Amino acid sequence: MVPLSYYLVLSGILFTCGVLGFLIKRNIITIFMSIELMLNGVNLSFVAFAAHWQALSGQVFVFFVMVVAAAETAVGLAIIIAVFRTRATLNVDHVNLLKL
Amino acid sequence: MAQYFTGTDYLLSLPVVLLTLFALGILLIDLMLPKQLKWVNAVTAFAGVLFATAGVWRIQAVYAKGAGGYLGRFAFMQSMLVDRFAIYFFYLFLAGTALAILISVRYLEIENEHHGEFYALMLLSVVGMMCMAAGYDIVLIFIGLELMAISTYVLVGFLRRDRRSNEAALKYLLLGAFSSGIFAYGLSLFYGLTGSTNLRAIGNALQHQMMVRNGHADPVAVLALITTATGLLFKIAAVPFHQWAPDAYEGAPTSITGFMSVAVKAAAWAMLLRILVFGLYPLRSVYLPLIIFVSIATMTGANLAALTQNNLKRLLAYSSIAHVGYMLLGLVALASVDYTQPAFYDGFKGILLYLMVYTFMNLGAFAVITSLRNREVIGDEIDDIAGLYFRAPTEAIMMLIFLLSLAGIPPLAGFYGKYFIFLSLIESKHYVLASLAVLYAVFGLYYYMRIANSMLMREPLEKELLPLSWGMRAALGVTAVATVFIGIFPNWFIEAVNWSLGLTQATPIAGLMK
Amino acid sequence: MPQNYVPIFIFIAIIGVLIPVTLLAAKLVRPDNPHKEKLMPYECGIDPVDSARGRYTVRFYIVAILFVVFDVETIFLFPWAVKFKAFGLFGLFEMLIFLGILIVGYIWIWKKGALEWV
Repeated sequence: MVPLSYYLVLSGILFTCGVLGFLIKRNIITIFMSIELMLNGVNLSFVAFAAHWQALSGQVFVFFVMVVAAAETAVGLAIIIAVFRTRATLNVDHVNLLKL
Repeated sequence: MAQYFTGTDYLLSLPVVLLTLFALGILLIDLMLPKQLKWVNAVTAFAGVLFATAGVWRIQAVYAKGAGGYLGRFAFMQSMLVDRFAIYFFYLFLAGTALAILISVRYLEIENEHHGEFYALMLLSVVGMMCMAAGYDIVLIFIGLELMAISTYVLVGFLRRDRRSNEAALKYLLLGAFSSGIFAYGLSLFYGLTGSTNLRAIGNALQHQMMVRNGHADPVAVLALITTATGLLFKIAAVPFHQWAPDAYEGAPTSITGFMSVAVKAAAWAMLLRILVFGLYPLRSVYLPLIIFVSIATMTGANLAALTQNNLKRLLAYSSIAHVGYMLLGLVALASVDYTQPAFYDGFKGILLYLMVYTFMNLGAFAVITSLRNREVIGDEIDDIAGLYFRAPTEAIMMLIFLLSLAGIPPLAGFYGKYFIFLSLIESKHYVLASLAVLYAVFGLYYYMRIANSMLMREPLEKELLPLSWGMRAALGVTAVATVFIGIFPNWFIEAVNWSLGLTQATPIAGLMK
Repeated sequence: MPQNYVPIFIFIAIIGVLIPVTLLAAKLVRPDNPHKEKLMPYECGIDPVDSARGRYTVRFYIVAILFVVFDVETIFLFPWAVKFKAFGLFGLFEMLIFLGILIVGYIWIWKKGALEWV
């Protein structure tokens, strides 16, 4: 048996990698992948807790997080296509029309 | 056939089901409509909102007959709680959506993006909002949040040939998805701490843990609270998590900006209150300093940033962030006392009344800005509203009413929202915060009057009269009358808020705190 | 427990040995006689026309979007399939409602022409 804490540490690492990627990366697609990584960290921690508590509701939550992530990706890709069509760049620093 | 759900479950989900059916219907009908007949979609969507309102009315009627006081009815294995709090928010969402549909029709025709999906997405986002307000299980709340958020991302980017709209949608989507991730991580930690996804079970388990640890919170619980609260504060756009709001508000189609600033915001507040006040009430001593800090930062940041804005939508975005700051003060008051104290109820009342008042006055202001959109003029700069009085006198006077109400001038509705919040602050002995809030309200007066000055005193850049569609007239009429009416006869509306908190019943909201 | 990972470490070690060994063996055995035609990337027998690092057409993204959504929705079918008997007719109707909503979306994208390769 792998103890619960191993899973939690891994999920924390995944989540932190996602957060760091979101903050550091400049390519929109990479930023999206970082968000997916964050959500996967969440999924892992839910599954680990579900196994720990012997309660299925955590796994059900994971299903919904996965579907939500897919929907977010689909909408995100569509918006990225629209952005690319109007300005031909995928660098977030160049998407800067709206400012203080 | 096994019986998993009962008639109560189906009745309580009636408004949600009706809205979903209408949204799907609009998608299918839209395929058959020629370009000139796209207004049929708006009519269908409006009918959908009316039917959903009838559904909520039906729930309320059945509900009033039965005993049970405040606690409401659980549905779908305790994952949904339709209580008076939820019903109150259902009405708010539907009112905001109906008004936003009315002001959208002509605007979309001018933008040449009049598609049925617009209305379908609006109805679907209301479905999400209802799940957020009535959710009593973090799974349902999360799905509702995402359904609302994803629909709104698309609506913000609806003008797909417009660079500002695209950019706004991208920024909103990235930050929204990021905050959802943080929020979900917090929820997973709460699930790990308590072993349940039900808010009540989470609350009871946390209460027990606090007792075992002599009133000190578990460090993991603090981490979970901070991540969850960060997600929630992102969604209501509180400083320092507000950066998406001005961008998204400026780039979105103007009618959607109005929709976001009232219905989406109300839903985020419903979720925040559900989670922080109903579920995580045992941890209130932990999040109180956080909320105090965020509310001061929000009032300061938003009011200072609003002073220098020249874009009307951006200015109103900062003003809406400032209003979030005032509403957070209500949360400060209600979290700093026990639920038996009057400050708890006055703070709660203040937030709920504020949200209702805000729905009308802010949507009214956005309706006026929407009507400025012309074939040639984008109409969201402060110069575009110059001399509005000479082009459309009635509309200018209505705008003045909305602005005065937003500033919180006494005979108008906006005053009563602030009144209860300041009252609750004084009752809970937060004198410094109360005087700070009054000071910032004066700040607010300055930038609202800047718009009024441009509107009434300056020469118009264009001379011709402003054409107003029937939907726009109806929306402006309703919002202006409501803003004045709530100001003159506040008692009826305060009664409605009291009702939603169960203050006229034997078992008030406190029943949920035990 | 770390000892549970022992088979995995053995597995990794075998992979680490096997791959270099087979590659090296192939290199020693095969005849080495390079030619321009032979070194060309194989593309269904047609001469390659463009750099492989070019930009993909946006249609692939649309297909990807549709795939992601419809593919992931099927995960809701799995729990139902596992508990099919227990849920009975009720579960069947629930699933039909769920699929009905998906089918409305499918009809919509079909009529919008998103499935056509234009």
